[in-house]
Amino acid sequence: MSGTEYLRVTGLHAFYGESHILHGMDFSIDRGECVSLLGRNGAGRTTTLRAIMGLTGRRTGSIMVNGTETIHWPPHRIARLGLGYCPEERGIYASLSCEENLLMPPVVASGGMTLEEIYDLFPNLKERRHSQGTRMSGGEQQMLALARILRTGARLLLLDEISEGLAPVIVERLAEVISLLKTRGYTILLVEQNFHFAASLADRMIVVEHGRAGLQLSQNELADKKEALQELLGV
Amino acid sequence: MIEIFGVPLLALAGQLLLGLVNGSFYALLSLGLAVIFGMLNIINFAHGAFYMLGAFAAWMLLDNFGIGYFGALVLAPILVGAVGILAERLLLKRLYRLDHLYGLLLTFGLALILEGLFRDRFGVSGETYDVPDVLEGALNLGFMALPKYRVWVVGFSSLVCLATWLVIEKTRLGSYLRAATENPQLTQAFGVNVPLMVMLTYGFGVGLAALAGVMAAPIFQVSPLMGSNLIIVVFAVVVIGGMGSILGAIVSGLALGVVEGLAKVYYPEASATVVFVIMAIVLILRPAGLFGKEK
Repeated sequence: MSGTEYLRVTGLHAFYGESHILHGMDFSIDRGECVSLLGRNGAGRTTTLRAIMGLTGRRTGSIMVNGTETIHWPPHRIARLGLGYCPEERGIYASLSCEENLLMPPVVASGGMTLEEIYDLFPNLKERRHSQGTRMSGGEQQMLALARILRTGARLLLLDEISEGLAPVIVERLAEVISLLKTRGYTILLVEQNFHFAASLADRMIVVEHGRAGLQLSQNELADKKEALQELLGV
Repeated sequence: MIEIFGVPLLALAGQLLLGLVNGSFYALLSLGLAVIFGMLNIINFAHGAFYMLGAFAAWMLLDNFGIGYFGALVLAPILVGAVGILAERLLLKRLYRLDHLYGLLLTFGLALILEGLFRDRFGVSGETYDVPDVLEGALNLGFMALPKYRVWVVGFSSLVCLATWLVIEKTRLGSYLRAATENPQLTQAFGVNVPLMVMLTYGFGVGLAALAGVMAAPIFQVSPLMGSNLIIVVFAVVVIGGMGSILGAIVSGLALGVVEGLAKVYYPEASATVVFVIMAIVLILRPAGLFGKEK
């Protein structure tokens, strides 16, 4: 399965109104790989994910998903290529119950998890399934935001800061789930502030600076270059 | 003769039914406004004009093509809804990112143009539209006679409102709609074609207004200004129910129709203003409306 390219971003520029956020982003992800985008706040990591989903303003350059050019596509068509997006603010719908939130995203491809599998993975969500989405705890909401893109059959997951502001025991649980997803062949692009969380999961790390991809490290280079990396990230 | 607070029961029942009929129109119109406001963020001032277009569509379908009431009940909302969709594609969709005020001004202008065109063509005196034969006459309940057509209006519009509410609250399509109302960008990023839903929602809301117009045609005069007479009260109803609240629009529509009816019996001088007095009180006590959520 691995070895074939699943996502290639080339010379990507993205704007919000007049502000120019991405300045020629280049990177690619192979099928089944887990890649983490690291960088300081405002470097353009979140914008990279949003640009891939078509959620920024004007975009130029190229975004190839599984061999298909999507730079001019609207978000709903991009999603239907099998992308699952988990936004930084989690985006749980207040007007929907927990279970309605889970069932809302349309199925984009076959092979997604069933509701039972998801409840096995996140037993809390089963207990809270009738609760209003935004009445749940931060950890539960984060699990819900991740769980609802596993039902849709999406194979490329874009996860934005999923460990942010959560208790260590929940972060650990999320890490277990991501490891499980890796063994199941999901392709994952993680945006993370939590270096340790990302380091334990990512096959490869890309440092984003000023809207461009900088230093790239694979898992086995990590130990040697750890200091240089920490300096870049200011951690 | 039985009297309640000094008013004969028959007169009271008659006004209550009339109130419910008006309330049905309020409910259909404010439901459309609520759905449109939720999804498009636009205060649709052209709603009264689309209601008028519905009534005229029924009249023209009969006059030009011999298509009767029940045919018009299906065709007029589709035709007028299509006009609404055209307006959405050509005009409204440019305004979504702007303040509410722009949508309000544009739709207000649209309403003036539509009403002006019809006034120019048909004058202000109005056309008559007959009650369909099946619904003519009255049901005799022994103690009073119920005009069949009014019973039909109340029953059918309640059914349409209930069906709309069920679709929005209980179905998958409804969950897309609620999700897109709350967070359109994210919902689109999940693969839902939100721009298409927005367009169809506007068409549907406008279609509801046209449906109300067809049902109103046999009761009121079909006249170019029939919508602007009604729309101000309907906006008060929407504010009382809570902007964007589906249930609020339906319940307060019917309830305020009844309140108006009662006012006509007990204190006729207040019947034209009672809705606005209630609106003022609601705004003081619950600024988000009876069913609205505080932001």
